[in-house]
Amino acid sequence: MIARLRRSLFCDALQTLLTLLSLGCIALVLPPLFQWGLLNAHFSPDVAACEALQGRGACWGVVAEKARFILLGRYPDELAWRPMLASGLILGGWLAGAQGWLRGTRLLVALTLPPFLAVALLGGGFAGLTPVLTENWGGLPLTLLLTGVGMATALPLGMAIAYGRRSGLPVVEGLLTAYVELCRGIPLVAALFVASFLLPLLLPDSLGLGMLERVLLAIVLFASAYVSEILRGGLQAFPQGQQDAAAALGLGRWQIQRWIVLPQVLRHVSPSLANSAISLFKDTSLVTVVSLYELTGSLGLALAGDAQWRPFYLEAWLFIAALYWLGCLLLARISRRLEKSPAPR
Amino acid sequence: MLNMRRFIPLLAATAALSLVSAPALAGKTLDAIKSRGQLSCGVSTGVIGFSSADSQGNWKGLDADLCRALAAAVLGNPDKVRWVPLSSQQRFTALQSGEVDVLSRNTTWSLTRDAGQGLHFAGVAYYDGQGFLVAKKTRVTSARQLKNAEVCVQSGTTTEKNLADYSRAQGIKMKPVVFDKFEASLKAFFSGRCQAYTTDASALAFIRAKEAPNPDDYLILPEIISKEPLGPAVRRGDDEWFAIVKWTLNALIEAEELGITQARVDSLKSSPDPAVQRFLGVGEDLGKSLGLDREWAARAIKAVGHYGEIFERHLGAASPLKLQRGLNAQWNKGGLMYAQPLR
Repeated sequence: MIARLRRSLFCDALQTLLTLLSLGCIALVLPPLFQWGLLNAHFSPDVAACEALQGRGACWGVVAEKARFILLGRYPDELAWRPMLASGLILGGWLAGAQGWLRGTRLLVALTLPPFLAVALLGGGFAGLTPVLTENWGGLPLTLLLTGVGMATALPLGMAIAYGRRSGLPVVEGLLTAYVELCRGIPLVAALFVASFLLPLLLPDSLGLGMLERVLLAIVLFASAYVSEILRGGLQAFPQGQQDAAAALGLGRWQIQRWIVLPQVLRHVSPSLANSAISLFKDTSLVTVVSLYELTGSLGLALAGDAQWRPFYLEAWLFIAALYWLGCLLLARISRRLEKSPAPR
Repeated sequence: MLNMRRFIPLLAATAALSLVSAPALAGKTLDAIKSRGQLSCGVSTGVIGFSSADSQGNWKGLDADLCRALAAAVLGNPDKVRWVPLSSQQRFTALQSGEVDVLSRNTTWSLTRDAGQGLHFAGVAYYDGQGFLVAKKTRVTSARQLKNAEVCVQSGTTTEKNLADYSRAQGIKMKPVVFDKFEASLKAFFSGRCQAYTTDASALAFIRAKEAPNPDDYLILPEIISKEPLGPAVRRGDDEWFAIVKWTLNALIEAEELGITQARVDSLKSSPDPAVQRFLGVGEDLGKSLGLDREWAARAIKAVGHYGEIFERHLGAASPLKLQRGLNAQWNKGGLMYAQPLR
């Protein structure tokens, strides 16, 4: 162990210097951080005590005081179990994928079904659940739901686009290429603005699309363009020989895709797909500009107008940064599991 | 606070489009509110003292109470408000598209907004103005001394524009240091990046008292460089609803002049003063011409109190902002609050 450390950290003059420098930096940064974040920190929601710290310690009480608002947004208090359950369902699916509890089709269901269940659960209006307007949804469930529904819908849509662009039909290929280039050519913020400002003025009221539906539409169209390119790349790289061999065995065109091509392609492109999912997960924070209050938005609502707690923004930001980090970690692990999963027999 | 932010071209396009597709709700706002059973009120995403959500998600502030008063007057219940927090980019579109019935969101009344954005301002709920905060150690005591000074300001706001106007008019080349976020601009100022910080005066006092490392090291300069009359707005094309909002605001202000407080609404019904009787609907019926019942104003006061009470609760001595009434005092006490007579 010690020999190994010596070999890797102190093998020559340059390495030794770099090691010492890094250790110095850590020694400089960690103790004050530790002191601020833990030793001097105050954990109960007590403004007076937090103010008395005068910045010498973290005031984690702000998270305790505002947790409900930051996590669940403006969802009615007495119905709080519904957004909690909804978040639990989606996160449960992610966890199952990340820990490798589920595989194959089951994993696909665990990843794609919960977001839609969450929509139903948050919306209510059936089985005795009080209907709740989408504008009151917010916080963590909204972030998870936008990511989940966005990815789950973009995947089949992107697949259709990818196949369409390889179909050999000039009109279809041209239209789909134009679609992909258009969707990738505009920033997500612009797409959100179009969805929230222009669509309601253009669409008839009878369609009754609320803000959330319009924003989801924008996110799905946006994400599907990226996903389709990832899948198209995967399809292009797939060796023709395998398809020929499968055809020679008498498999039909779709059977070849379903049993030979897709399972391998999906595994190969899973790092890129995870990349897309992670960036979508973080991009959902953009929907605050059109008045949907997901995690960052509900944090703003909770703190911007609160005279007492506003000075402790940093602690609250660190809290949701940790949540984002955990979410990204789960998504990344799902992809790693997928890569390693054995080919179906 | 008075953000116009980016995407102005987009907003202009939507405004142009909204003129083409005429508002379908013209003249029907009151009916729509009644059938919905809720007043849809556009508020900010959190401005202390004006509209902000507390830890339980209840909306508080002067602008929020205005909506409560409206709901009490129109629906008989101050809690029947649907709160729609709006970003500054979105507020006008939300009003035009009918998503909100009234925009009560510390919005400055200006010509271009009143005449060019398809909306009507129903009155002024708060007279604000833009000021400067400086560190005492700079020994600056007047904005005119800020020659060549760097001033921290939030981008895309009318605040930024006012700063440029002022520095040009006074011939003192101030250098704006622009930040996208409110917190960032504030942090930059307190860390010494700029000699001065500028925003609305209503916010400056609070920033000095609460967010400064040591309030005594900072000074608010006496100059107010712009006029920012903030008030509720409704969309054009529904004069009846416009009148209701205008006169509810007037009623809140008039009630202070008449001394009708939240606590005394009921007992004052037996007052011999004809103005008070009229106000409370005991005598003449003022509600009729608005399409409301005779007790509308009494209900509004009972729900939130008169203007002075609302001010004290959210902006004045009883609040963390601790603002003086100043321009917002009654006209007979040296301020500008002058309600057109309710008679």
